Amino acid sequence: MKRVGKQTWLFDEGVYIQAAAAAVGPLEADGPLGKYFDICYRDLYCGEKTWELAERRLMREAVGRCLQKAGVSAEEVDLFLAGDLLNQQATSNYVARELPIPFLCLFGACSTSMQTLAAAAALVAGGLADRALTATSSHNATAERQFRYPTELGVQKPKTATFTVTGAGAALIGRTPGRWRIRAATIGKVIDAGLTNPLDMGAAMAPAAADTIEQHFRDLGASPSDYDLIVTGDLSRVGSVIVRELLAEAGYDVSEMYNDCGLMIYRPDQKVFAGGSGCACSAVVTYGYLLHELARGAFRRLFVVATGALLSQTMVQQKQSIPAIAHGVVIEAAGQEPDGPRSGGM
Amino acid sequence: MGLRTDYLREVKAFQPSPPYAANAGKAFLVGGALCALAQWLANWYGGTFATSALEAHLWASIVMAGLAIGLTAVGKYDDISQFAGAGATMLLTGLANALASAAIEHRSEGWMAGVGGQMLKAGGAAIIYGVIAAYVLGLFWP
Repeated sequence: MKRVGKQTWLFDEGVYIQAAAAAVGPLEADGPLGKYFDICYRDLYCGEKTWELAERRLMREAVGRCLQKAGVSAEEVDLFLAGDLLNQQATSNYVARELPIPFLCLFGACSTSMQTLAAAAALVAGGLADRALTATSSHNATAERQFRYPTELGVQKPKTATFTVTGAGAALIGRTPGRWRIRAATIGKVIDAGLTNPLDMGAAMAPAAADTIEQHFRDLGASPSDYDLIVTGDLSRVGSVIVRELLAEAGYDVSEMYNDCGLMIYRPDQKVFAGGSGCACSAVVTYGYLLHELARGAFRRLFVVATGALLSQTMVQQKQSIPAIAHGVVIEAAGQEPDGPRSGGM
Repeated sequence: MGLRTDYLREVKAFQPSPPYAANAGKAFLVGGALCALAQWLANWYGGTFATSALEAHLWASIVMAGLAIGLTAVGKYDDISQFAGAGATMLLTGLANALASAAIEHRSEGWMAGVGGQMLKAGGAAIIYGVIAAYVLGLFWP
């Protein structure tokens, strides 16, 4: 493991995703990626009494299924890294309460999926853990009521608004060679473009995504064509166009291999405004669909850039702008790695 | 010129602007229809059991608010608001929806801290400033 350039970690010793799992709610199960998710619930309550308990259940089930797929018991995991959107990270802390694993709680808003994956890969590569488990979750109703309004309140939302994904994703990282190799991670800086509208987070997060992607290319001497897919977390219809334009202005044409998890998870006719968002958006698309596509050989190298709007309701009410962050992780199909960029040594 | 030179200004080209004319039309039609329904109810009550115009109007208000609460409970009022915008939020039915939605939302935290404590969180400002505005108007409008 070494640092390359300013913000990129390169894992040359072999760090692998041993297994991953995704649990989702009804709208996601009904979406175009529905068949790739391990666990699908037919209603938002997921058989629980409250939405918060439903979200916890989603994370618990994703973690359980992930460990089951890896054939590893919780006792054999050295570290658990998780985060979510609820105040005090309630979902993660309460799921960790049930696990006999040392726990680090991380908050990166919707960038948490790749934040935990990058941190887990570094800790495993550095020998501080043999196996590390990561998880993240979000729930449409818990996020709505915490960050916005009561779910049944009649408010006309603009087309720029996003729709929080209900789901949870978990991944187990280790050194045993597996199907997916974590090759590099680029840790993002907090970027605040000055936007203040919490119903247009795609535009608020796009500069952070562009910054991390550009930094990644610079650090590794890489170019967009080194990747089969560069995918952002939840920029949606508005932000995904902006990030492409920002990268084009910097001289990087990503139009051939760019997509956004928030656009992939729902069908165009599903009523989700500009697209999906939330911690679970990038987590379930990556751990459910993208890993499946890597394993079957449709892609060889992905760059997943999870984007987070570091939104605080109090700060927004005090007319403060919305800071944003993006963390990227390069995942490759193990055993069939493409030729790397020249100077990065990837 | 580009996004990198002045993001706040240039990004506006990427943000879809609300369809103001269509929104105003929908608000007028739905808001107008709801008001017409309330007026019809008031007239009907006035012609049947209500002993005064005030009583007829109060009954019409109660029925309209009840209707909005019912639609909120079955999860339909927010869909109407998404379509009609101000045509559904600015009416008495919008206030009923604000109180009912918050009450339903916080039932999970119990009757006191949840329903009681949080019920006014969405509609409280409308009530406070509504009462103040009514008082000020009452000073000049006997």
